[in-house]
Amino acid sequence: MSANSEVYDLNVNGQKRQVRDAWVGESLLYVLRERLGLPGSKGACEQGECGSCTVIMDGQAVCSCLVMAATAIDSKITTVEGLTQDDSLTAVQDAFITEGGVQCGFCTPGLIVAIEHLLDNNPDPSQLEVKEAISGNICRCTGYGRIFEAVNTAVTTRRATNL
Amino acid sequence: MTVLIPQSLHDALAAATANPDAQIIQGGTDLMVEVNFNHRKPTDVIALRRVDEIRNYVVTADKKNVVIGSGLPYREMEHGELAQLLPALAQAARTVGSPQIRAAGSIGGNLGTCSPAGDALPVLSALDAVINLQTATTSREISVHDFMVGVKRNARQPGELIVSATLPIINGWQGYAKVGVRNAMVISIASCCLVIDREKGSIGVALGSVGPTIIRCRETEQWLAMQIDLKNISIVAPNLLKEFGDRVAKESKPIDDHRSTAAYRRHAVATLSRRLLTRANTQ
Repeated sequence: MSANSEVYDLNVNGQKRQVRDAWVGESLLYVLRERLGLPGSKGACEQGECGSCTVIMDGQAVCSCLVMAATAIDSKITTVEGLTQDDSLTAVQDAFITEGGVQCGFCTPGLIVAIEHLLDNNPDPSQLEVKEAISGNICRCTGYGRIFEAVNTAVTTRRATNL
Repeated sequence: MTVLIPQSLHDALAAATANPDAQIIQGGTDLMVEVNFNHRKPTDVIALRRVDEIRNYVVTADKKNVVIGSGLPYREMEHGELAQLLPALAQAARTVGSPQIRAAGSIGGNLGTCSPAGDALPVLSALDAVINLQTATTSREISVHDFMVGVKRNARQPGELIVSATLPIINGWQGYAKVGVRNAMVISIASCCLVIDREKGSIGVALGSVGPTIIRCRETEQWLAMQIDLKNISIVAPNLLKEFGDRVAKESKPIDDHRSTAAYRRHAVATLSRRLLTRANTQ
């Protein structure tokens, strides 16, 4: 399998998306934002330290800035835009609003994706597991307290809706 | 520019041998930083993310060694069987970056980049790991000590792929400790791995981030082996413990850089090594 032309396909949010007129060394983050019109994933550090570009790739939360997009042509990618199929909010997104987990908002999409990934694999995480799961997502506004509260609220909401 | 995504080790080796100058990308956590900052613009790339043969580990039939595929992500080393067999490696793996980085990064990447701050490298050094390198037609084993040549320089030849690292299962104690500016998500300022093989009565002390490459404290190891009985758990007297740390610090070769100072790093490896030796004799 190879991507040697300037046209290749990515599987993003359940859709086949064609990338064209791009240098094949571009990061997945750049391709998502600049080529595919999906600006939800944010670019800040571009070196895997801030987590604001977090996406789910083949079931793992990864930094999209550290993925060469052309190497992901056979991967299943989910961005923050693809967490729901319509305009509704997930329990995590809703909890961020009700608990005040958003201040400037720049880190929020990466945190939402990281927390969705955590709760999909571990629906009732301990406080330590939550801290560990978002240790790669840096927020300079909230001090994290309200984000932890949002996770607790989301856990409760998800449990109630799954019953 | 071409990006090849071989689906097997056979195809990956063929691709690397056919294009020895191609840039190898495994997890991308080092290479993509250089690409993002325009420090490197690769022309041809071989991506190893679909090579399943290097993304697992096997315990040898005699149960004496673990062969770890170069692409096995760090997240797979944090818990479970591998963590029981190689606790120091599990401790090092847990300190690598964040969950996002540990889902991508691997021993092959640490060896390929060969930065003295690579978290797994002191563990490989203290355990005298053996690295397997292959081309389409050759296969060779090289000691990790010979593999790491200098700052971001290693003995990999053009056209070769780092396939695996073989680590011994020891009967004894092993641990890893690291200092950074915060708890999560840091590149080490100084790190230390200590291994005591109680069967052989030998000790391995390896330091990261305090020299051009990983430093093995061979003189300190020999000195300690003459002071205490390494075959048995024995409380290390405070004066010996102090001298042990002092000797480790003396063997380090740190520099001042953007992450820390040489003086602090010397202090840090003395403290880390003393802590590990204390743990080894109390756990």
